[in-house]
Amino acid sequence: MFVAKINVTLKESVLDPQGQTVLRTLHDQGKNLISDLRVGKYIEMKIDASSQADAEISAKEICESLLVNQVIETYRLVVEKV
Amino acid sequence: MKVRVVTFPGSNCDKDVGSVLESEFGAKVDYTWYKESFSDTPDLVVLPGGFSFGDYLRCGAMAKFSNAMESVVKYANQGGKVLGVCNGFQILTESGLLPGALLHNRTLKYICKDVDLIPVSENKIAKGIKGTLSIPIAHGEGAYFADANTLERLEKNGQVVFRYKQNPNGSLNDIAGICNEAGNVLGMMPHPERAINPYTGKMDGKQILEVLLKK
Repeated sequence: MFVAKINVTLKESVLDPQGQTVLRTLHDQGKNLISDLRVGKYIEMKIDASSQADAEISAKEICESLLVNQVIETYRLVVEKV
Repeated sequence: MKVRVVTFPGSNCDKDVGSVLESEFGAKVDYTWYKESFSDTPDLVVLPGGFSFGDYLRCGAMAKFSNAMESVVKYANQGGKVLGVCNGFQILTESGLLPGALLHNRTLKYICKDVDLIPVSENKIAKGIKGTLSIPIAHGEGAYFADANTLERLEKNGQVVFRYKQNPNGSLNDIAGICNEAGNVLGMMPHPERAINPYTGKMDGKQILEVLLKK
């Protein structure tokens, strides 16, 4: 059994109003050391596969067909054995 | 005149658009549940507004894997006319029938109000529509986005159908609605079905549906 850990964020070129709003709140609190903030989502899924490579292929296919809209989003995928 | 309205779990404007097509245009309306397929060729297929699959993950993302959408894609690729309103527009971009994507409104607010829409005269669909139209919008994720090349292509090909007079949501190039290259698939955030008879106080949506129902 493997676990795929997926972080999805908006592409750098896409305005992230949610991230900007959170950043503004931090600045209002005087936390001016924070210079950039982007809000994304984290998805975790368990995969029953015979090898790490197979699990990665399945996870990538699922990311690109459903979990991530590549017009606006980018993702990082890590697959680990559990 | 035959129309199919596709209903997804969470669609909530299916009966609205179906009933105005029946009462105002005399269309015979069939409702297709997302699990069903169809192979006939109605005059128009409508993907209605709402919150398909609860809008979880991304608006419109999960609808594309349904049997009904498989049929819609086939029908559209054969030249069939498709209208996607609001969530329907989001489903059209997610399923690849239209380019780009819909992002959160720049203000992060859900916006529900009447907006002025300008039909873009270079567009095949919009050139049949006269004047500025007042049509309601009701969405949280309606900011149209596409990369620079796609935007340029849309503008060059005359695929922008409607622009907002005053951009409410941060859409690039003030885009409120676009069509595909062939001109048979239209997606728009405003709801023409909500501006169709005097009881709603507005009539401007009628022109849009009329143009689409014309053979």
